[in-house]
Amino acid sequence: MRCAKCKGTAQVEVRRHHTAFCGPHFLEWFEAQVDRAVRRERMFTPRDRVLVAVSGGKDSLVLWDVLLRLGYRASGLHLNLGIGAYSQESQEKCEAFARDRGAELLVVDIPAEYGVGVEGLAQLTGRVACSACGLSKRYLFNRVALDRGFSVVATAHNLDDEAAVLLGNLIAGNVDALVRQAPVLESTHPGLVKKVKPLYRIAERETAAYAVLRGIDYVLDECPNSVGARSLLLKEALNLLERDAPGTKQNLYWNFLEKIRPLLRETSPGPALRSCAHCGQPTTGEVCAFCRMTERVTHSLRVRTAAPGDLAPEPVGALGALPGGPSGEEGRAPRPSRRNSWGSLVNPSSDRR
Amino acid sequence: MKVRIRHQRREVELSGVRTVRELLDRLQLNPETVLVVRGTELLTRDARVADEDEIEIRPVVSGG
Repeated sequence: MRCAKCKGTAQVEVRRHHTAFCGPHFLEWFEAQVDRAVRRERMFTPRDRVLVAVSGGKDSLVLWDVLLRLGYRASGLHLNLGIGAYSQESQEKCEAFARDRGAELLVVDIPAEYGVGVEGLAQLTGRVACSACGLSKRYLFNRVALDRGFSVVATAHNLDDEAAVLLGNLIAGNVDALVRQAPVLESTHPGLVKKVKPLYRIAERETAAYAVLRGIDYVLDECPNSVGARSLLLKEALNLLERDAPGTKQNLYWNFLEKIRPLLRETSPGPALRSCAHCGQPTTGEVCAFCRMTERVTHSLRVRTAAPGDLAPEPVGALGALPGGPSGEEGRAPRPSRRNSWGSLVNPSSDRR
Repeated sequence: MKVRIRHQRREVELSGVRTVRELLDRLQLNPETVLVVRGTELLTRDARVADEDEIEIRPVVSGG
């Protein structure tokens, strides 16, 4: 197979575009695809400060790498989820990446901040681990971005991720989620930062190829909680289709964005947001789901750790009031050992500013 | 040919395989879900391979 540009030996075949590239021309094509997505969808400009959510896996480190190469002002945010050796290795990969490129990396250590990792949060609140993890990520990405003055949060969801989520939402008939599924989610509340997905045009196989060709060192192992995850089953089904009908994933997602989603938006205006009574973050209810979860954990840990006769042990996991937001005094005591500011979430040892 | 399959944490020895397409067929792997690496080089499906090659198969699917 020959490179479409230079006729040298191809290293990566892009079957959905009926083409193939040598290593250097694949990298060039890949970066152009990402830049085109950023510009076409008006995700951000070189003046914006972009917070890239980085897990240590291939997709997020590739996204960060490409944005830095394209000249965007991209900092990384890593959440240590407290999942044993997996989380330790994930953080180390992010730190090494940032160190090698002189890039800014912010780290939030969830066990240090809330007393337990995401598995503990799930266990103590009756959620599955992936639900507690997803909720924590959505909340903390937004909160750190707001606190640190970033105008946009970029996540590394790729074409395969989006196609699998779309298929799952279609199967479940989840109209609200379908309306929200897009490469750009504009801010609809003063406390909500714009969210973008610059890799939405790129297949997962292509991000892996980019990582190998650029020598990006990423975590190869999957999160231990993802074993048997429904998203993997949906991806497997789509990859069977893709094998025999190249372009299936792209057609599914892009046709949805162009032809179906606009119709859904006309019928579903989206939820009205207000500020969480405890933390000030956007929510559809009085108290946001993240505060409800961490308050249940606080209560559980009080029950679990209270000594006989000790009726008021120090709460674990409560953040207290946030600057600029409504008072957090109602029913929850801020931890005396921690500063009650958004900045206290970020590990200063990893903060390069 | 020594083949290291990263996501299955196993290595296999194969002989008489002439192309990447044959290799993936033999291992019953969907080409959409893996990269085939020889040294620092990525191999397309039609790339020729030889018995003395050392090949790494990397998963590309992540989720959860």
